[in-house]
Amino acid sequence: MTSIRIKNYGKINKDKVIKFTWDNKEYSGYEGDSLASALLANDIRIVGRSFKYHRPRGVMSCGVEESGALVTVGSGSKRDPNVRATTQELYSGLNASGQNAFPSVNFDFGGINNYLGRFFAAGFYYKTFMGLPPFEWGKGTGIWMVFEKIIRKAAGMGKASREPDPDSYEHANDFCDVLVVGSGPAGVAAAQEAANQNLNVILIEQDSLLGGNNLAEKAFDSSLLQKQLESKGIRVMSRTTAFGVYDNTVVGALERVTDHLSNPNTFLPRQRFRTIRAKYIILASGALERHIAFNNNDIPGVMTANASRQYLNRYGVLTGKKIVITTNNDSVYQTAIELHEAGSKVTVLDSRKNIKIDLPKEIEIHLETLPFSINGSRKIESLDVCKTSDKTNKNTIICDQVLVSGGWSPIVNLVSHRGIKPVWNEENLCFVPGEIKENITVVGSAKGIWNNEDCIQSGIVGANEAMNSLGVSKKTISHLSVGGWSNPINALFEVKSNKFPSKSFIDFQHDVTAEDVRLAHREGFVSVEHLKRYTTLGMANDQGKMGNIIGLSLMAEQLDKTIPEVGTTVFRPPYTPVPIGALTGRNVDKHFRPLRVTPMHQWNIDHGAKMIDVGLYQRPWYYPKKNETLSDAYIREATIVRKTVGICDVTSLGKIAIQGPDATELVNRIYTNPFAKLPIGKARYGIMLRDDGIVMDDGTSWRLGENEYFMTTSTAAAAKVMSWLEELLQTRWTDLKVNVTSVSEQWAGAAIAGPKSRDVLNECVLDPNKITNEKLPFMGVLQTKLKDGTPCRVVRISFSGELAYEMYIESDYAHGMMDILWENAQKYEGCLYGLEALGALRVEKGHVTAAELDGRVTIDDAGLGKMASTKKSYIGSAMRKRGVMGADDRDMLVGFYPLNEKETFNAGTIVCEKNNIHGQGVGRITSVTHSPELGHWIGIGFVKGGLEKWKDVTLVGADPVRDKQMEIKVVSPHMVDPEGKRMYA
Amino acid sequence: MIRIKCPYCGERDHSEFTYGGDASVEYPALDASVSDWTKAIFFRENIRGNQKETWHHTNGCRLWLEVERSTITHEIKSVKACHPQIDKITKNNS
Amino acid sequence: MTRFNAWNVFKNGFTGQKNWDRQWRDPVPKKEYDIIIVGGGLHGLATAYYLAKNHNKKNIAVLEKGWIGGGNAGRNTTIVRSNYMMPGNHEFYEHSLKLWEDLSHDLNYNVMFSQRAHVSLFHSPSARDGAARRYNVMRLHGTDGELWDLDTLKNNIPHLNYDNARFPILGAAVQKRAGNARHDSAVWGYARAADSLGVDILQNCEVTGVKRSQNNIESLETSRGTIKAKKVGFAVAGYTSVLWQMAGLGNLPIESHKLQAFVTEAIKPLLDHVVVYGVGGAHFYISQSDKGSMVFGGDLDWYKSYAQRGNLPIVQDSAEAAMAIMPCLGRIRLLRHWAGVMDMSMDGSFFICKTPLSNLYLNAGWNYGGFKASPASGWYFADLIANEQPHRNVQNHNLERFEKGINIDERGAGPDPKLHG
Repeated sequence: MTSIRIKNYGKINKDKVIKFTWDNKEYSGYEGDSLASALLANDIRIVGRSFKYHRPRGVMSCGVEESGALVTVGSGSKRDPNVRATTQELYSGLNASGQNAFPSVNFDFGGINNYLGRFFAAGFYYKTFMGLPPFEWGKGTGIWMVFEKIIRKAAGMGKASREPDPDSYEHANDFCDVLVVGSGPAGVAAAQEAANQNLNVILIEQDSLLGGNNLAEKAFDSSLLQKQLESKGIRVMSRTTAFGVYDNTVVGALERVTDHLSNPNTFLPRQRFRTIRAKYIILASGALERHIAFNNNDIPGVMTANASRQYLNRYGVLTGKKIVITTNNDSVYQTAIELHEAGSKVTVLDSRKNIKIDLPKEIEIHLETLPFSINGSRKIESLDVCKTSDKTNKNTIICDQVLVSGGWSPIVNLVSHRGIKPVWNEENLCFVPGEIKENITVVGSAKGIWNNEDCIQSGIVGANEAMNSLGVSKKTISHLSVGGWSNPINALFEVKSNKFPSKSFIDFQHDVTAEDVRLAHREGFVSVEHLKRYTTLGMANDQGKMGNIIGLSLMAEQLDKTIPEVGTTVFRPPYTPVPIGALTGRNVDKHFRPLRVTPMHQWNIDHGAKMIDVGLYQRPWYYPKKNETLSDAYIREATIVRKTVGICDVTSLGKIAIQGPDATELVNRIYTNPFAKLPIGKARYGIMLRDDGIVMDDGTSWRLGENEYFMTTSTAAAAKVMSWLEELLQTRWTDLKVNVTSVSEQWAGAAIAGPKSRDVLNECVLDPNKITNEKLPFMGVLQTKLKDGTPCRVVRISFSGELAYEMYIESDYAHGMMDILWENAQKYEGCLYGLEALGALRVEKGHVTAAELDGRVTIDDAGLGKMASTKKSYIGSAMRKRGVMGADDRDMLVGFYPLNEKETFNAGTIVCEKNNIHGQGVGRITSVTHSPELGHWIGIGFVKGGLEKWKDVTLVGADPVRDKQMEIKVVSPHMVDPEGKRMYA
Repeated sequence: MIRIKCPYCGERDHSEFTYGGDASVEYPALDASVSDWTKAIFFRENIRGNQKETWHHTNGCRLWLEVERSTITHEIKSVKACHPQIDKITKNNS
Repeated sequence: MTRFNAWNVFKNGFTGQKNWDRQWRDPVPKKEYDIIIVGGGLHGLATAYYLAKNHNKKNIAVLEKGWIGGGNAGRNTTIVRSNYMMPGNHEFYEHSLKLWEDLSHDLNYNVMFSQRAHVSLFHSPSARDGAARRYNVMRLHGTDGELWDLDTLKNNIPHLNYDNARFPILGAAVQKRAGNARHDSAVWGYARAADSLGVDILQNCEVTGVKRSQNNIESLETSRGTIKAKKVGFAVAGYTSVLWQMAGLGNLPIESHKLQAFVTEAIKPLLDHVVVYGVGGAHFYISQSDKGSMVFGGDLDWYKSYAQRGNLPIVQDSAEAAMAIMPCLGRIRLLRHWAGVMDMSMDGSFFICKTPLSNLYLNAGWNYGGFKASPASGWYFADLIANEQPHRNVQNHNLERFEKGINIDERGAGPDPKLHG
């Protein structure tokens, strides 16, 4: 092939020269070029290497179906492998290089694979590499994994960057009445017709220019069309690909915002992922020209006929001097004429006989003639041709380019996403869309309608269908018939070679040959899906856009069936590949998930808190004094709480307002313990079970009035409990008159814990007389005011086992509350404490949290069986003791001490009997801490049969993943102040 | 994207909602037998076709909705509030 | 049958690849079989293979409504691991892993099991301790498992998001013997091996009706005629309820949900391990296929469905989850996404058990875990069908466990099937 830029052709801007780099060498093209057209204009023939045999690959198409010219664009962290040169717009400074080749696509050592092709047939790797060759000796996976390393290196196409992607992407959402996909004649007609009826229309086009295949017309002006559409109020989105059609006529689309710019503004995202919610979709996605399988049909210089016309009329590139066009249909003749007019010597081979075509006499035409084999390896030297009737007698035509047209395949991919099987049209040898029951229609060549005027008419019909369906018109719909060529197409999928191994390709990227299809058949892989998976046909970057139908036809021939009997594989989204970054949008790094902070977040940080992630929340972990480690800090904090007083942010607990005449009935049904007689002004600790009787959550509910409760839940279960209550009230207990409202965000909370907590509180509130042991007894609730007059709620409640309170205030006043609490706590040499100290204090008391309540634990297992009422029914009461859940050898909550008090242990340690350190053991340690009070490490967890069974037995804590093993003893989980005197003080 | 016509909020993406489960399950009385409860909470008809199911408009009005939907095509036939009184109100307002 | 080995591959290179046989026959259905397995996925084919191989059973058929491996066998993300901890579950999955280790040799078919290590990231001290519990249980069963601290992790996989993650990566729980495999070749390998032992694999043979006596299945109506059977096994995960109801057996503790999977364009080696994590409500797993595609997945689509196609919110979620740990994936392009229909059970564990009918056996409820389980699933299901009583490792994997209060719920998520992903 000798391709050159020619004068008076093309829609490129020849006044604007653009410099770009290919394989480290500088070239130039023009504004409006694609990378492929610029490479062709510079007569660069070999631009890629195939996957398996590393055969040289040239530009084979002019669009998204490209499977030859896959290149790497950019470098460093902006390196993009597997870019189709045919759709990459040229920009100044574009830096592209060949891939899957060493040292270069021009000369590639991997080319050796081409000579081993006879061994590398489809699926050969399933038959070997298991063990030592030649007879696969050995066991296990060792030898395979040696081969695998080599195979992995050889496989893959381009090389990706390992650096974080520096570009930004964004999500956009669109709504419209009618979405038209494709701006060819049918799409444009449909969009205009719908817009004329004042419908809200979006037209999307994957190309940078509007026009679809009209861009291959010499006289076509795309910019006029753009203006015309916009003047009708149509929202036109170019460089936007509808990559998938999802439920309820929602389309996923990718807009390439800056991929064509050399120095984009930094505020622009690289790409946008658009979710378009349409009421009706008109698919005018066009059709793709097919290749024909014959020997060496992949040599650089082979291209679809229509691509060559695109290069000529759109880019002003004449792709060959001596061109042979080989066809089985009428679509190539305009191309032949134009290539001839542009100065090429054109010969047409048509497999049909008796066709009527008017051609200039300089164009040679050979009827009933087939392409047999291309001569040449890195470029086309000549083409052997034969007659359809006699394949042994060959002629050779000297040429530098072979253009192919094996018929056209409507792009049914987007319809296929809806699970609609395409229907074979025998007359036109193509699949057309099947019946669609949703608000989607297909128009133009995507439906197998070939002529321009018919496509326009089909677009109008599609618009009418949309308007009927949206209720704005009641037009009679009469569909156009499929087809439109004056001479019928004849079946030509493969010209069989007499050579072995033949190089008659049907998937150009994955090197799947016609022989591979026959091998698959021989071995029983006759279902199309088996064919695909066994040969990898259609699994490359083009996802079978080019090769699938040839593969099907070859399989049909082997099976002596028709193509529709063989079936078709299901096209899956995306239509063309979509960067993961675009789908992610801005939700990267720290924005991966929302960050929840408490209203006193800044206050905590200002007071030296180190934070820890708990679910989506960040909570204070510990408040180190200088040089303190986590361990130093939490031990100090826990010690101070037990000695004087500590303040802790507990805002992340879930908070729910429960109001209504049946509020009491609700809480009584959802907690295991009785709530019916809870007096106003008192709170109660409660356990909730799931329907299946397993513990769901624990928390408190405070009775604020006759019909009003304030519920707290654990941080982890806050959202779940809220939804659960709503579900119960709206679906199961619809007779209960009660309303629940999440007030988690409305209230900020702090725990004030320690023997001096009452003193501190009294200094903080307006009326200190109210906070006495008598007026605010354990579990008492008080609605009062802070010294500055801000209303607050105080409950006397203890998680640490000390005299303790929780104070809640409206969130906006959280900083003020913390200031007052902290100011006064300091008077008593108090401290701020974080989650780690909170954990230490609760472990000392044997209080359970999510670490213990792992979704398998019953209320009895957790040692809270006394809280399960036997006098009432509640959620889970029927199920909590079913079967073995009532057994007495269950894993029950206990405390653990290391036998040697200097020893430490970890949560996650498995508890075993000394002589049987195996399997699940007899229990597990779930939470540990150093106990400042006891002066050694302690833990809580579960052991089969509980304390009574093991209290005098030395057990072993096995923690092999941390290389630890220690002797432990089982103790009561209530390790500090077991009688619970302190909290009543 | 499934689009659900919430009777309170209007048509929204299904990602605003949380799927609940089979709306036809009748939960027994709290004091019913283990066997009744086992059937209700563990066993499902698992309909392949149109099924009535619950959805929670978690990131919206927080109504629990009864949606009749095909589990084969995802097509929605009807949507209403689970709570009979809320259903009545939303129907009157629409 | 020609053995698969390098020698025969070499020889065929000179004979135009003409001397390979069909990998499995395409037999005409007989009127009656001793054992019929419904479902030509990995579980069904493996069951048939082990029935023939381990129990010397003859006259077995596998019925497949479409093409073998067309369900979840060909739709999963191919991860193989045994990091389970509940009694029975661990033994089962470890047995499965051991079968995988020698499967290529056993079947004489390269299933490409790559023991490249399964790296499960943790992001908080409590998640580390949770992982420690699980991996300690594994170790105490003699299974491999270890915790990697941050430095070890960085040395092994330097390009994760260590600097700027929303949830900082603190380390990983690792099973080195775990990895991934080639799903289709496992299907074909089992089919070829079962076929060579005389099993009839009947494709395009959809069960359309079940003819019963009071306590028995007498025959199956199929798209290829009525076929009698002495024993019947169902192994049709995703559609178990449909078949179960066809047999007139009512409800099951299963819901069908769909799970999406994703592959990218092929690139040169970028990730040498299987990496998984779950944090902040996200759940994600990724590995690179030998062909070079990044293969990944995340959560269910969250609503019950029999459709084998997914919707955008989970596409987006999975992409976000991918970039959250591997920010370099931003420029890698998604090539294809699809969905499979999962049998999500009420406790996330499977069923290999007898049924109310005396000659019907059930293999179902695989949740996310079906692919890795398939060798053991076949092994234990064959054992059950042959011996008519469950092996002790699957003695609780029956339909009665819920009423009996036996808890083998790995996640502790409770009776909401969608939460067991």
